[in-house]
Amino acid sequence: MNFDKELDARGMNCPLPILKTKKSLTDMVSGQVLKVISTDCGSVKDMQAFADQTGNTLVSQTEENGEYIFFMQKK
Amino acid sequence: MKKMAIIATKGTLDMAYPPFILASTAAALGYEVQVFFTFYGLQLLRKDLSSVMISPLANPAMPMPVPMPVMVQMLPGMESMATMMMKQKLKKHGVASLQELRDLCLEAEVKFVACQMTVDLFEFDKSEFIDNIEYGGAATFLGFAGDTDICLFV
Repeated sequence: MNFDKELDARGMNCPLPILKTKKSLTDMVSGQVLKVISTDCGSVKDMQAFADQTGNTLVSQTEENGEYIFFMQKK
Repeated sequence: MKKMAIIATKGTLDMAYPPFILASTAAALGYEVQVFFTFYGLQLLRKDLSSVMISPLANPAMPMPVPMPVMVQMLPGMESMATMMMKQKLKKHGVASLQELRDLCLEAEVKFVACQMTVDLFEFDKSEFIDNIEYGGAATFLGFAGDTDICLFV
């Protein structure tokens, strides 16, 4: 999937992946896609909750070798 | 815009996390957030957070590497040791430091209000606290809290 920016949140625990995601989205424009890589299994539910509450779209989420990859499209 | 208010009354390392985690996350979700620090919670507004500690004493739920009798927990240096171990654990698991979370709160424009009465009571020197905080009382807090979606006492 194409993306405009990547955030490496590996090794970070709650709530850092969410806070860094929010920060990364701040200087992006509407429609751009942020790729987030996380190793925090709690971020699977939290990223969806973040998307639901902020209006950004969680385009996809996958797991690969203990890493969670999210594509978040900015509102 | 949704609003959240938190009253932070504890000044220990473990109890410092919930208010800062919730405040920073709520701000990231678009909430307007205010945290009112009162009594021991004031310690969390110090410029230097190194005095914020955790004690295994009277804290039976704290997981310990080896079972430790209360008589041992009360020995000098145990508090510093427990604090050091807790900080190492937090770091190992990728949990942000208090300083980092507090900075993220401030960056996200979370409003910190320090209880003026507590400052007077314990004769705190305001110069020991971080800048960009306000001082107020119960009525100040309720003025904001009365109109919030979430209000927590920690």
